[in-house]
Amino acid sequence: MHPAPSVIIFTSLSGLGFGLMAWLGIGIPPVGGFAAFAFFLIAYLLAVGGLLASTAHLGNPGKAIHAFSQWRTSWLSREGISSIATLLVMGVYAFNLIFLGQRIQILGWLGAALALFTVFTTSMIYAQLKTVPRWNTGLTSVLFLSYAISGGALLAGLVNIAVVLLLLLTLVQIIAWQTGDKRFRTAGHSLETATGLGNLGKVRLLEPPHSSPNYLLKEMVFTVGRKHALKLRTISALTLGLLPVLLLVAMPFNLVMVALAIVLHVIGVFTARWLFFAEAEHVVGLYYDKR
Amino acid sequence: MPPYDQPALDTSPEVSEEIRKTTCYMCACRCGINVHMKNGKVKYIEGNRDHPVNRGVLCAKGSSGIMTHYAPSRLRAPLKRVGERGEGKFEEISWDEALELATSWLKPLRETAPEKLAFFTGRDQSQSFTGWWAQAYGTPNYAAHGGFCSVNMAAAGIYTMGGSFWEFGQPDWERTKLFMIFGVAEDHDSNPIKMGLNKLKETGAKIIGVNPIRSGYNAIADEWVGITPGTDGLFILALIHELLKAGKVDLDYLLRYTNAPFLVNDNEGSAEHGLFLRDENDRPQVLDRATGQPVAFDTPGIKPDMAGTYESDGVTYRPVFQLLAEKYLTDDHAPERVAEQCGISADRIRRIAAELAHVAFEQEIVIEQPWTDWKGERHDRMIGRPVSFHAMRGISAHSNGYQTCRALHILQILLGSVEVPGGFRFKPPYPKPVEAHPKPHAGVTPGQPLDGPHLGYVRGPEDLLLDENGNAKRIDKAFTWENPMSAHGLMHMLISNAHAGDPYRIDTLFMFMANMSWNSSMNTSKVIDMLKDKDENGEYVIPRIIYSDAYSSEMVAFADLVLPDTTYLERHDCISLLDRPICEADGMADSIRWPVIEPDRDVRGFQSVLLDIGARLGLPGMVNEDGSPKYKDYADYIVNHERRPGIGPLAGFRGKDGKGKGRGEPNPNQIEAYKENGGFWIDHIPDEAVFYKPWNQAYQDWAVARGLYDTPQPYVFQLYVEPMQKFRLAAQGHGDIQPPEHLRAQVERVMDPLPIWYPPFEGTLVDEKEYPYTALTQRPMAMYHSWGTQNAWLRQIHGANPLYVSGEICDEHGFKPGDWARVTSVHGSITVPVVRMDALNGKTMWTWNAIGKRSGAWALDEKASEATRGFLLNHIIHELLPPRGDGMRWNNSDPVTGQAAWFDLRVKIENIGPKADGISEPHIPPQVSPVGKGPRNVAYGEEF
Amino acid sequence: MTALPQTTQKKLGLVIDLDICVGCHACVTNCKEWNTSNYGAPLSDIDAYGAEPMGTFLNRVHTYEVRQEGCNAQTVHFPKSCLHCEDAPCVTVCPTGASYKREEDGIVLVNEDRCMGCGLCAWACPYGARELDQLAGVMKKCTLCVDRIYNENLPEEDRVPACVRTCPAGARHFGDFADPDSNVSRLTAERGGMELMPEQGTAPVNRYLPPRPKTDIGGENKIDILAPFLEPVVNDEATQDQPGGFLGWLDKALEKI
Repeated sequence: MHPAPSVIIFTSLSGLGFGLMAWLGIGIPPVGGFAAFAFFLIAYLLAVGGLLASTAHLGNPGKAIHAFSQWRTSWLSREGISSIATLLVMGVYAFNLIFLGQRIQILGWLGAALALFTVFTTSMIYAQLKTVPRWNTGLTSVLFLSYAISGGALLAGLVNIAVVLLLLLTLVQIIAWQTGDKRFRTAGHSLETATGLGNLGKVRLLEPPHSSPNYLLKEMVFTVGRKHALKLRTISALTLGLLPVLLLVAMPFNLVMVALAIVLHVIGVFTARWLFFAEAEHVVGLYYDKR
Repeated sequence: MPPYDQPALDTSPEVSEEIRKTTCYMCACRCGINVHMKNGKVKYIEGNRDHPVNRGVLCAKGSSGIMTHYAPSRLRAPLKRVGERGEGKFEEISWDEALELATSWLKPLRETAPEKLAFFTGRDQSQSFTGWWAQAYGTPNYAAHGGFCSVNMAAAGIYTMGGSFWEFGQPDWERTKLFMIFGVAEDHDSNPIKMGLNKLKETGAKIIGVNPIRSGYNAIADEWVGITPGTDGLFILALIHELLKAGKVDLDYLLRYTNAPFLVNDNEGSAEHGLFLRDENDRPQVLDRATGQPVAFDTPGIKPDMAGTYESDGVTYRPVFQLLAEKYLTDDHAPERVAEQCGISADRIRRIAAELAHVAFEQEIVIEQPWTDWKGERHDRMIGRPVSFHAMRGISAHSNGYQTCRALHILQILLGSVEVPGGFRFKPPYPKPVEAHPKPHAGVTPGQPLDGPHLGYVRGPEDLLLDENGNAKRIDKAFTWENPMSAHGLMHMLISNAHAGDPYRIDTLFMFMANMSWNSSMNTSKVIDMLKDKDENGEYVIPRIIYSDAYSSEMVAFADLVLPDTTYLERHDCISLLDRPICEADGMADSIRWPVIEPDRDVRGFQSVLLDIGARLGLPGMVNEDGSPKYKDYADYIVNHERRPGIGPLAGFRGKDGKGKGRGEPNPNQIEAYKENGGFWIDHIPDEAVFYKPWNQAYQDWAVARGLYDTPQPYVFQLYVEPMQKFRLAAQGHGDIQPPEHLRAQVERVMDPLPIWYPPFEGTLVDEKEYPYTALTQRPMAMYHSWGTQNAWLRQIHGANPLYVSGEICDEHGFKPGDWARVTSVHGSITVPVVRMDALNGKTMWTWNAIGKRSGAWALDEKASEATRGFLLNHIIHELLPPRGDGMRWNNSDPVTGQAAWFDLRVKIENIGPKADGISEPHIPPQVSPVGKGPRNVAYGEEF
Repeated sequence: MTALPQTTQKKLGLVIDLDICVGCHACVTNCKEWNTSNYGAPLSDIDAYGAEPMGTFLNRVHTYEVRQEGCNAQTVHFPKSCLHCEDAPCVTVCPTGASYKREEDGIVLVNEDRCMGCGLCAWACPYGARELDQLAGVMKKCTLCVDRIYNENLPEEDRVPACVRTCPAGARHFGDFADPDSNVSRLTAERGGMELMPEQGTAPVNRYLPPRPKTDIGGENKIDILAPFLEPVVNDEATQDQPGGFLGWLDKALEKI
C-alpha cells in the first residue's frame, strides 16, 4: 500500500492523542487546572490534527458529512462517529476539570472507553480488509491499541507505566512484523487463483494493461526493498521503545529526557506506521505481478 | 434492519440528439460507424450493426475516435517552413498563398521535366484518385505504401490466382473446419478476422497459428507453430511434399481450374524453354487424354492428361503438374530436411499435412446448388474442401516473401480449397486475372499526361520500365531487373534514391499521410539526415518537400510547405471499387465518409486540395474547356467523375433515378443516398454465383452487369507463372531485353515459375554466428495503423514499447527484469528495455511497431514516454543490404517485387543491465511543435 | 445504503471468454468512451499528453503467459472490470452510503453525490475494479452500463453494456445469472465458468471461461496425433520418392476421374 503521509499522520497522531485522552479520562495522572489544560490541549491537537490530516486523503472532502451515516456496516463511519463522540465527551469532562475544577469521573471513564474504541475502529478500517492479508488479523487492533496506550502513557508522563508498556509495544510490533511476513502466503492468494489459470501452469504477467501508471498502482502497489525494510524495522524498534526506555531508566530523570524519549518514540511510531503501509501487500498487486 | 434504500436512477437518459453514419479511418478495415452527436459535438462512436465489414463491433482505435478527432496535435492552417528542415519552425500562411506556392513549384516542372515531381501517398485510401491525378500531371513517380507493406502477398496472389487475402478475399468463416493463419501481426485485417475467429470457435473449427510470436490471434489458436522467421516457405513446401507423396491433392480441381495440365516446353537451352505450348490463337495447350493430342486448355468436354508427355519436332512438352511434382517430391522438401531450420519437428509437419488432407478430403462439404461453368458444363452441386488459410506481412516482408506467398497459394490450390465452400473466397472486384490488370507505365511527355497507369503487372521483360540505356525510369526503380514485378512501387527507396540521385535527381517530393521521416522508413536516423542534407551550394539535396497530414507528425517537421488535412470525421471520402473496397465474399460493397462535423480550423481535405492544385495547373480532366475548375471539391468528383462511361468512384445508387447498381450515369443525389443508407451500399451476389467465381458463368455475367469487368474474364489458376519464366529466359541470355550482368544470376534464381525457398538475404550476407537472432515488429491491436495521432486514451495502453526477448535468449544472456539491452545489427545499434517472453520462437525478439515517437511530435510533452523509453527498430534496419564489395547499392527488398524485407533483420544482443536515465537510444533531438503541447488534463464528456 | 441487499431479483453480470479474447482493448476504450460522457463525472486523464499520463478506466486488459515446466508457454489475454460480487466488500466498507448494490439486478454502483473519495472501497476490492478519478475526486467503477441496459432511447438489441456490444471477437456475454436458462448461466455451466480469487469469499457474479486446451502445449516433441500420418501412394521404398512411381499412381488416379 502507498504510504501516504496523510494516513500515516492521521493514524499516528490520532492514536497518540486518543491514547493520551484515555489516560486523562481515567484520571492517571490525576492532573487538574493548568496542567490538565496543557495535557488536554496536547491530546486534542494530536487527535484533531490527525483527523484533519486524514481529510487530505479524501478526493471530495465536501461530502465528508455523509461519513457519519453508515455506522451499521462501515468501520470508517464508526470511526468518524466514535472520534467525534470522544472529543465531545472528553470536551465536557475536560471543561469541567479545567475550568470548574470538577472531575466527573463517569464522564472520564466513558471518554476513555470511547477514545480506545476510536483507536479500535481505526484499527478495524485496516484489519477488516481481506485484500491486505498483513492487516487482516486481530493483531492489527492489538497493535494500534498498544501504540495508543503506551504512547499515551509516555505523553502523560507516566514513566514507570510507559517503560513497561513501551517494552510490551515493541514486543507486539516485532510479533506483528514476524507474523505479518507470512500472512500473504498463508492466505493462499496467488496470480494463479487471481486469474483462475493455475491448472494451465505457472502464470506470469507478460504485458500490463497500461504502460503508464494508474490509481491502483499508485495507491495499492508499493514495493519496498527487503534490506531497506529491515533497516527501517531496526530503527523503528529501537526508537519506538528500547531507546526511550533506556533514556527513562538509565539516565537521570528530567523533562529533557522525557521530551527526548517522546521525540524518539514519535520517530519510531512514524517509521513503524510508514512500514505498516509500505509493507502491506494488496492482492490486486497480483494482477500486475507486483507485490 | 431498515428497508433497503437506494437512490433513484434515470436508466433511460438521452443518448444523443442525432446519429450520423460514416466510415472509420483508424486502419484499413474501414468499418461503419455511428457517430452520436450532441450539442454540436461528438458524444459517442459505435460500430454500425448494418455494415458488412464490422456488423456493429468496433475496435479499440475506432472506439477512441473522439480523442483522435479532438486531438491537440491537429494542424490548424497551412504552414511554410521558416527554420531549417527538421526543426519544426513554421509560419502560418493562407490557403491562397499555400496553393499559389505549390502551383509555382509544380507548374514549371510539368512543362519541362514532370518526372522531377515524386508524388507518394502512404496510407492513402484514395489511390484511384491520387493515381489519376499523378497520371494527369505526367510524372511516372507515383505510388502508395504497398511496397513497404505487403506487395508480396498481393502480387503473388494476383499472379497465382487473381487475388489474394484481405481486401481480395477471405476464408469461408461459416463453413471452414480447419483454418491456418500465417504471420498475421494482429492486423490485416482487424475486426473481420476477430469476428471470423469467433465464428470458428462457435463451430468448433480448429485454428492453427503459424507465427514466431504467440500473441493476439496466435494466443487463441488451438495450435501454435512457433516457426523460425523467414522459413515459412520451407515449411509450406514440406507440407506440399507430404501431400503430393500421399496423393492427397484434388486432381479434378487441378484439371479443371488450374494450369496443372498445361504443356510446358522442356527443351532446356532454347528460347522457348519453360514456356507453354500454344496454338495459333495463342491459347495454351493441354494433352487430351482421349486422343493423346494437344488441344486448347478451354476446349469444352475434354479430359486433360497430366501423366503423359507430348513430343513434337524433337521437343518434349510436359504438363505443369509433372514439373511441380518432380520439384517438390525430392528429399530436399522432406520434413526431416527442413525441421531444424524451421524449428518445427518433422513429425509435426507430417501431422499437420495429414490433418489438412483429412479435413479437405474426408470432411468435404456439399451445397445443393447447381451452377454452370464458363465452358457451359452444368454442375449439380457445389463441393467444398473446408480448409482455409490467411496470411499477411509475417510471411511477405522477407526477401523470399513473394515465393513464400506463392507457395501458400499453391498449397491452397492443390487442396482444391480456393473459391469453394469452406475454403478461401474472393471478394469482388476479385477474382481478376493478371490479364485484367494494367501493365505499368512511365512514358513521360513534358506538359502532357503519362501514357497510362503507373502501377500494374508485368507480363515479361518488355514491360519493364527501363530507358534505352537500361536505367530505371522511376525514382524508386520499380519494374527494373532488381525487382521486376514491383506492382506497388518501392516507397521505402524513394528518399534514399532521391538523395543519392540514383537513377536521377528530383525537384519536389510531394507526400500525403506517409511518416517517412519516422516509422514508415527503414534506417530512420539516416533518412532524417538525407532529408536535411545540403549540397555544396547550400541547397537541400532534395530541393522541395510538400507534405499533407492532419496532425503534427514527425514528417511535418521536414516539409517546406505543409497542407493541413482534416480529421476523418470532417471529410468526404469514397471507399471505392476502383480502389480498395469493402466487399464481402457474398457481395460487392462500397462506402463513403462525409463531414459529420465541420472543421473548426483552417484545414481542407487533401483530395479537394489536390483537385484545386490540379485545376490551377490546368490538368486534363480537372478543368473545363474554359479553364475553370471542373470539380468544386472531392465530393463533387466522387459523384460526377466517370472512369469509364457509367462507371464512377461509387457503384451504388447510380443513374438519375438512383437505382443503378455498378453502372449508370452520375446521380447528383448519390451522396445523400449513401448517407440515408448508413454510409455504404451493398449488392449481394446471386446464390448460383457465390462460389467458383473465376469459372462460374453466372458470376462472370453478374460481374459484367455490375461493371466489375466489361467482358467476362474466366481464367485458370497459375500454379506455374509463365511470365516469371520469361524473365528467367532473359537472364539466361534470350531476347532483346536482358538483365545487366550483376543481376543475371539473381534473376535466374529467384524468377522460378514454381515456388522456391531461399534463405532471407540479410542472413546470408552477415555472419550468422555473430548475428544469431531475428528481430521483428508487429502492431498492437490497439494502435495498429493509428496514423491519426498519439491518442490520449490509447497512449495510456501502449505509451512505450519494450523489446520482448525469448526465454532462451534471456537465459543465455542472463536478462533479469529491469535490464536493458544493446541490440546490434550489421547497420547499427539501439539500446532498449527488455521484457522476457517464453511463448516466442527461441531465436527471436520483437517489439511493438511505431510506438516510439520523436520528442516534440504529436503535441506530446518532450518527455513523453514514447520519446524516452519508446523506440523504433527501424534505426537498425537498412534500406540497403550490407555491401557485397561490388560497389552496388543492393536494396533490402524482395528481388521479385521489391517488397521491403523488414523481417529479414539479423541481430546480436548484449545485456547492459538497468539503464539509469531510462532513455532508449538513439534519441533524436526534439522538433519544435507547430501546434504547441496538448492540455495537461482531459475530462471529455463533462458538457453532456 | 451500504448494507448489502438480502437478495437481488436478478444477478446481472458478464461472462468473459478467455478462449477467444485476443487482447485488442476494444472493450477498454469503448467503455471509457461511453462512460466518460454518461453516468456521473467524466473519466478524466491526468497529464494526458505528458510523460506519465494517468487516466480513469473501468475495464482493463492484462496479458499473461502461462507455462508448465517443460511445455510450450501460452499467452492469455485477461480483461478485468467489476465483478458485481454478491458479497461485495466494497459496498459494506463505504462510510458515506455512496456505494450500494442494487436490489433489482445486483449491479454495484457508486452514488457520486455522496462519495467523499476516501478510497476505502478500492482498498476493499481484491480485483482492482475501482479507480478514484483524480479530477473529480469520486470513485469510478463499472456500472454494467446501467444507463444502456434499460435505456428506452436505444434499440433493444443495443441494450447491453458497451464492452459487450463492441467486442469484435464476441468474447463478452451479458445476462442474468439468477436465471439458470440464461445465456450466461448456460455458458458458465457448459464451459466451467470460474470465479476469480474464490478464497476472498466475495462471491463474484461475473465468470471467466477458461481457455480450451491447446494441442501444442506439450512442446515440440509431444504432439497429439489427431489424424494418422499420410500413407505414401508408392509404398516401395526404392521408388517412392521417384517421379516415375508417382506418375504411375497419377495415371491410375486420372483414369478414375
